[in-house]
Amino acid sequence: MVAKRIIPCLDIRDGQVVKGINFLGVKEVGDAVEMGRRYSQEGADELVFLDITATFEGRKTFAQLVEKIALNINIPFTVGGGISTLEDASRLLDAGADKISINSSAIANPQLISDIAAKYGSQFVVVAIDAKNIDGTWMATTHGGRNLTDRELFTWAREAQDRGAGEILFTSMDHDGTKAGYACETYAALSEILSIPVIASGGAGNVQHIVDVLSKGKADAALAASIFHYGEIAIPDLKAQLAEAGINVRK
Amino acid sequence: MIAIIDYKCGNLRSVENALDRLGCEYKLTADPAEIIAADKVILPGVGNAAEAMANLEATGLIPVIKSLRRPVLGICVGLQIMCRDSEEGNVKCLGIFDSHVRRFPADPEAKVPHMGWNQIGNLNLGKCKLFNDVPSGSFVYFVHSYYPTLCQDTIATCRHGQMLFSAALKYENYYGTQFHPEKSGDIGEQIIRNFVNL
Repeated sequence: MVAKRIIPCLDIRDGQVVKGINFLGVKEVGDAVEMGRRYSQEGADELVFLDITATFEGRKTFAQLVEKIALNINIPFTVGGGISTLEDASRLLDAGADKISINSSAIANPQLISDIAAKYGSQFVVVAIDAKNIDGTWMATTHGGRNLTDRELFTWAREAQDRGAGEILFTSMDHDGTKAGYACETYAALSEILSIPVIASGGAGNVQHIVDVLSKGKADAALAASIFHYGEIAIPDLKAQLAEAGINVRK
Repeated sequence: MIAIIDYKCGNLRSVENALDRLGCEYKLTADPAEIIAADKVILPGVGNAAEAMANLEATGLIPVIKSLRRPVLGICVGLQIMCRDSEEGNVKCLGIFDSHVRRFPADPEAKVPHMGWNQIGNLNLGKCKLFNDVPSGSFVYFVHSYYPTLCQDTIATCRHGQMLFSAALKYENYYGTQFHPEKSGDIGEQIIRNFVNL
């Protein structure tokens, strides 16, 4: 059976990793290629690089970085941030990205999902949804949770799938940053209505949280940032503990 | 020199990068003379099998590929179009491997596309050098919605839900992997190295 995936996420600004990373022996903190390679060697199943630059120059730097990552890393990686046209996606594909992730731009223009999937295949398109629970209904947000949209999570995720998304990356904005665990019930419900894989993000604070979202939460993959970056959980230990809990992981 | 067949079929960059990492010389080409002269040939492929067949036909390279006597490796859709036929677009393929390409059935326990790391087994079937130093049960990276059936050319298997399919095929000098060795970490690199050293 296909293994559950562990995906560290790195935020990049002007070609550098933004958050400090707590690897022993890494001198150049901030070097995205080196960080990515470390995670890959430690057993990460995929990597996500999010461009949080807002400038045109920064975007160009990011595309150059994607080329370097593709040359140096032998596992799949997704890039996201600032992709609002088919041309943006094409540029990153040419640079060597295996997948792109789109979020606000897909909400503003759902046709973008269809266009990218038709041109490059569903496997290339991850639709990221940042949602908040508003009086019992999960509503998609944009701009890091600041802007509420009129799109309900489950309906929007289904539409994204129907338009050709290959995976859904759902972040619960209510759980993100809390380190109190993932929104397991919501992931389980989402996973049941979708036929494509679901990546869980937001709330990981310890190994049990990841065990829970991959078992009870039925997620296909767990994404996390700070717990890996700050060395709170080392990936080899995490993999060993997941295996011990009966979760099928790549060893 | 390794020839990577350029037939406008998706992103070939990851295959080039993998060969760069191994320090192999390669050339992206659609020139029959270069392909015939190459020590090894790689037929990559991403996307739709029917489109891939149409693009390959348009290059006029099909008779060239069928006449090659040196090792040829098809990857993913590259493997699929080396099979007999594909349900994706109901297209007749090259017929090198005695396998049919079918769509994964709907299965709540086995999502489609089959995406991620899965184990390959029965690597002793073909006693094939492609899997030198690759233990049965190794995890490799798959991304596909259609699978090659089991057949006499199967040299590795994989299970997705209830479906057991060919993870790799071999017929004479032709090899194919349904998974992406170029994205399968160190194990994938070993498989590519084995191909290069055939």
